[in-house]
Amino acid sequence: MTAKPAPVPTPETQPFWDGCAAGELRIQRCMDCAKPYFEPRQVCPACGSVNVEWFTASGRATLYSYVINYRPAPGFEDDGPYAIAVVELAEGPRMMTNLTGVPNTSEDLVLDMPLRVTFEPRGEVYLPVFTPAGGEAGDDR
Amino acid sequence: MSHEPGVIIAGAAETDRVGKLPGYSTLALHVEAAVNAVRDAGLAMRDIDGIATVSSPGPVQVAHALGIVPRWIDGTGVGGTSFLLHVRHAAAAIRAGYAGTVLVTHGESGRSRVGASPRRGSPSSPAGQFEAPYGTFGPTTTFTITALRYMKDFGLTHEQLAYVAVAQRRWAAKNPRAAYRDPITVDDVLASRLIAYPFHLLECCLVTDGGGALVITSADRAGDIARPAVHVLGTGESAEAPMISQLADFTESRAFRLAGQAAFAEAGIGVGDVGHLMIYDAFAHVPIYGLEALGFAGKGEAGAFIADGNTEPGGRLPLNTNGGGLSYTHTGMYGMFAITEAVRQVRGVAAAQVKIPDVSVVLGNGGAFATAGVLVLGRQPR
Repeated sequence: MTAKPAPVPTPETQPFWDGCAAGELRIQRCMDCAKPYFEPRQVCPACGSVNVEWFTASGRATLYSYVINYRPAPGFEDDGPYAIAVVELAEGPRMMTNLTGVPNTSEDLVLDMPLRVTFEPRGEVYLPVFTPAGGEAGDDR
Repeated sequence: MSHEPGVIIAGAAETDRVGKLPGYSTLALHVEAAVNAVRDAGLAMRDIDGIATVSSPGPVQVAHALGIVPRWIDGTGVGGTSFLLHVRHAAAAIRAGYAGTVLVTHGESGRSRVGASPRRGSPSSPAGQFEAPYGTFGPTTTFTITALRYMKDFGLTHEQLAYVAVAQRRWAAKNPRAAYRDPITVDDVLASRLIAYPFHLLECCLVTDGGGALVITSADRAGDIARPAVHVLGTGESAEAPMISQLADFTESRAFRLAGQAAFAEAGIGVGDVGHLMIYDAFAHVPIYGLEALGFAGKGEAGAFIADGNTEPGGRLPLNTNGGGLSYTHTGMYGMFAITEAVRQVRGVAAAQVKIPDVSVVLGNGGAFATAGVLVLGRQPR
């Protein structure tokens, strides 16, 4: 069976993947306008400043939207219908992800439910995925 | 009011057939559509001095295949709306004197994949790093992902989403070239198999083979062409995020809105002037976003607007009168077919002809809400 697709980092995204390998969700923010952003790039998309820095996000998020995919991508054939989700980080930026530790059904996946990040090995990197936060605010074991 | 010379669509045609065409390569679809469009205009290939299309095969290959010697080339390739942008860029080039008569071509072996380029993206591209690892598998898994957010925030129901496909099938029933013409009900749509919840099969576009082409020239040549001129009254284009996950707001398309505002402003029209409308419909929610972005319905109201019958045969705003990507044809980059249908309606020769519109508007999408183009077309110059 085909392996699931694995990301290949580029120089400007390497710090993100280094963070994942260390169990931290590292994203960027602008030091001029203070806005956090994702996906990684060397310029602030809000104000155009190149004065940007990496920081470790809380790992807390909420479920923004999703689909449950019935036509599996290569490597996902054994997963059954699986959710492809977009989550909104507590810091504001959004990212695509998968949802673990919860049945991937429309009954169990409720928009705006609280989530926290966890990491799964994939190829040469660790991939951030999200799991229900367990109802306790700020819970990010 | 502009005093710039006007620009017209002088020729518009599709391949002889659309659907399943394993006997045609991608390039052959471009060529057949191009020959048909030039003939439709009553011109000869030697009259063409500008070429626009997407890669691949791209404008150089298409010009070479047709024996065109271009003095103006546009290879803008931003997904299914590219051809609307080509019309816009061609209009500017003709006004600037960079080209006299431009050929815009589309051909895509979307279903049979004959002579088509591979679809795989690079694992080091942004999408390869930040979307593909999560099991995305083409537009059914990305373009669709905004819908649940819209449904929660604005109360759009599964039945209203399904009704978009029902309304468009009513147009397709009148179009002998449409892939699917049998009437369907909301129950049929909701009973069709799930592709990517909340989307069922009948809420997703077809995947077909076909092509189309346009001949764009100066309005002062209108007397030289075989057909009634279709005037390009206003145009707009914009882009947002190449990855759906990075769209600013999942309940609207900024690119749709900005492209529409530019085109309406240039044409000097409002929504009340529009007698016919084409909105790219790769999936059932896209016309909903389009109606709201262009101002035909208030935010959150387009689902009910369609379900109330406003856009189907007999309604006050005929929308996607060829049956659309959901029922007519969808090669992958559908925008060309939205333009050719609008041209037919303005000329009064469409299969499902509505009251001949003074103004027809075409909204094209590229990628998953990534890019947009809008054309305002008219029977008369501005």
